[in-house]
Amino acid sequence: MSATSSNKTLIDRLGTELVPVRRLLSPGQRTLGWLLVVAAIAVVLLMLYGVHPMLHRWEGAPDLAWAALGAVITAITAAWAAFALGIPGRHARWAWVPVPGMLLWIGASGLGCLRHWIAPHTSIANLHQASDCLIFIISFSIPLSALMILLLRRACPLRPVLTAVMVGLASASASASLLEICHAYDAAATDLLTHVVAVGVVVALNAAMGGRLLSSY
Amino acid sequence: MSHALIAGTLRSADRRLPSWPSTLHPMTAESTAADTSKSPDQRRARWMALAQAGDRRTYEKLLAESVALIRAVAWRKGVAHDHLDDVVQETLITIHRVRHTFDPGRSYDAWVTAIASRRAIDALRGHGRRVRRELHDDFALDSHPDLHDASAATESLQRARQLHAAIAELPPGQREAIEQLGLRERSLSEVAELTGRKSGALKVNLHRAIKALRGRFHGDS
Repeated sequence: MSATSSNKTLIDRLGTELVPVRRLLSPGQRTLGWLLVVAAIAVVLLMLYGVHPMLHRWEGAPDLAWAALGAVITAITAAWAAFALGIPGRHARWAWVPVPGMLLWIGASGLGCLRHWIAPHTSIANLHQASDCLIFIISFSIPLSALMILLLRRACPLRPVLTAVMVGLASASASASLLEICHAYDAAATDLLTHVVAVGVVVALNAAMGGRLLSSY
Repeated sequence: MSHALIAGTLRSADRRLPSWPSTLHPMTAESTAADTSKSPDQRRARWMALAQAGDRRTYEKLLAESVALIRAVAWRKGVAHDHLDDVVQETLITIHRVRHTFDPGRSYDAWVTAIASRRAIDALRGHGRRVRRELHDDFALDSHPDLHDASAATESLQRARQLHAAIAELPPGQREAIEQLGLRERSLSEVAELTGRKSGALKVNLHRAIKALRGRFHGDS
């Protein structure tokens, strides 16, 4: 069978199999859907821990509020980038979109390392408490990553590893944002290091496992 | 990638590569009038929107028109001429599977180019793996030179002809399974997608084909 006739045969067969399809929602709409789940978790945590302790902490150390804002922006932009990268033809430059939010998040958190000069009486996490943060971020990141990968399975991520890295970043930053609600300590060096390790673990796991799950195309 | 670049590539590719007929079915006067007012990319985007709604004739026309673009992309990526149609077929299958991801408000050509690029890279990687295996065989041949090279080559050619003849005599299902899975090294899922047959049936046919060939050449039952 010649190549031309085999192409024609394949086209005929694909034509016979054609059924109407429901178009994929836009990356913005799917990002909104995923963020609604994160928001629902945030509401539950706010009901459990209350909003006042968080506001009180932010009042005492405004850089914590900036760090939280950076984490929220990173979660939104990384999720948007992941869903955009799931569509063929979208540029890899989408992966740079979360960078400004990340810089704000890391920069403001880094200020916590100077805490004993800025606000010496703030409560700082010890190693045991910092490990709680690690567990919190990782355990919230797992279901959030799983949900996003599930949503992306219907898309066509042609760059599976890069997409999975964005999934990991979105999940880890969303988890760090949620942690802010019930985080009783300031961002000291131990805490910052814990957050970095947690985000790194989540991103690496996603790149390794999520990349495989998303590479069916 | 700009549309001008794609169009330029297509024009240059058309000079080098055999092209696919531009239409399979005659267009209606209404659709022709509507399509002439748009760029080719916009027209194809509109056709894909119709295909998403289940318009088979437009879909087939669109896929036929996409072949030249896919070949041009694969050629530009460095896929050898002999393997261009493998990339075309893999890309067409992927287009079919993920047609719901296309947004009619965006460029169809950019969407197809991204898929074709990916399939071309897959083909190059697959080819690279085969080359590495073949290099290993070359090493073995160098280490154990045959004293009767000419006769060995003739014998090898005869055996290849006998094998092809034996494959040609197999029942259609078995022949298809051995050609696609054995000779073209496609995966079970790809062949299932390509032929519309179930993986289980393909496995059974492959097993029976190997058994039949073994019986023919070695007398095994």
